[in-house]
Amino acid sequence: MDETIRSVLAEHGRLAVDVSAIDDSTDLFASGMTSHASVNVMLALEDAFDIEFSENMLKKSTFESIAAIRAGVLEMTAS
Amino acid sequence: MSSVVSDATVVAEAGGVARQMADIGKRVAGPAAAEVDELSRFPSEAIGALRAEGLLTALVPRPLGGLGASIPEVSEGLASLGRHCASAAMVAAMHHIQVACLVRHGRNDHLRAFLAEAVEHQYLLASATTEVGTGGDVRSSVCAVDVDGGAFHVHKEAPVISYGSFADAVLVTARRSADSPESDQVLVVCRPPGLRLEQVGEWNALGFRGTCSTGFVLDATGDARSVLDDPYSDISTRTMLPVAHILWSSLWLGIATAAVDRARRFVQAEARRRPGTTPAAAMRLADAAALHQQFSDLVRSAALRYQEVEDDPEAASSLGFAIAMNSLKVSASTLVVDVVRECMVIVGLTSYRLDGPYSLGRHLRDAMGASLMVNNDRIMTNNAQLLLVHRGE
Repeated sequence: MDETIRSVLAEHGRLAVDVSAIDDSTDLFASGMTSHASVNVMLALEDAFDIEFSENMLKKSTFESIAAIRAGVLEMTAS
Repeated sequence: MSSVVSDATVVAEAGGVARQMADIGKRVAGPAAAEVDELSRFPSEAIGALRAEGLLTALVPRPLGGLGASIPEVSEGLASLGRHCASAAMVAAMHHIQVACLVRHGRNDHLRAFLAEAVEHQYLLASATTEVGTGGDVRSSVCAVDVDGGAFHVHKEAPVISYGSFADAVLVTARRSADSPESDQVLVVCRPPGLRLEQVGEWNALGFRGTCSTGFVLDATGDARSVLDDPYSDISTRTMLPVAHILWSSLWLGIATAAVDRARRFVQAEARRRPGTTPAAAMRLADAAALHQQFSDLVRSAALRYQEVEDDPEAASSLGFAIAMNSLKVSASTLVVDVVRECMVIVGLTSYRLDGPYSLGRHLRDAMGASLMVNNDRIMTNNAQLLLVHRGE
């Protein structure tokens, strides 16, 4: 799962650094992900995991780190 | 430039702030409006009158020394002020937006002390959120804050700092540090003696001529605690953007109200000449009134919606709220032009003349600025992106 998340970030996150330089808790927004890019990341994650984020998950904190994204995807996959 | 408030303990009763602003609009801003427009000069009379009554810190809560007014109250006040002089209302609106950001997001002791000074001396706050090289994207900065031993330095080429020459302080966006990416921004309060502004060019525009929106090269140093506590992305989403769109839409509503007033008086004057016949223009006036009501209800409900979420960071950061606050600005900037144009057709050639009590030239020129100050296309592009994931709640 982490590999998929990282490859989505690499392709859509528009980060200022290489995704391999980022650990689980690195702040993605502070690393260059704009809110515009975060929408593309959301869409790509939904497509990759065949899930749909619910409205209350569509907020900044869900996408602020790889760990947060993983937790969000797990929650959506379980429901 | 600053003056001590004569009686800052004037208590704002419900609606008091709105009434005081309406009174200043009629008594002070209105009589000066034509000259402010003609000479492209700062509306010093109106701003001075707001200062004298402590109204520049209307949005500062009472425990912090302000009048404790709400956004709906200030919205109503700006609509009244905007009826008489859109430039004066725009300067006031832009100032209030910065006050709102400072109150909510500048919590450290240094910034609270600055706020207390701003209340006592009724500082006028300006903002520098655009930058040469970023193409109008306010969520991206080239310049960065450089912090060294408790002091900051920032250097910014700002294509516009509205009324920058008349402000007591400027709130500036910049990258958090020299290593930060362009979207990792902070907001920093820049003020004399560390603030130096070098004006670039003149402001000679079709409308909002009194806003003196010239460019500046800004160079500022100061205490490093002048950087607001919260990241600019949060400040922008929760406060700056919604408050800006609400307060701008409020004064634009004022322009529309002034136009409808003139159209109504014109039609009524005709009706008096020929009682018993409904002037043809009365049907158009009915259309204009309906359009104006859409506008008025839009602004009021947006201000109330903001009030409902302003203390809830999650609700204020939701996609639905962001989309609504963007839509508000686009709708309001379109409605103001539509209402003024309709009123010009109602009044006819008399409104086309630049002189006389039915003239709508300045109103039309000011109204046209609404869709361009932050181009509507940019705002709709942002909404289009958000709508790719919004679930409709």
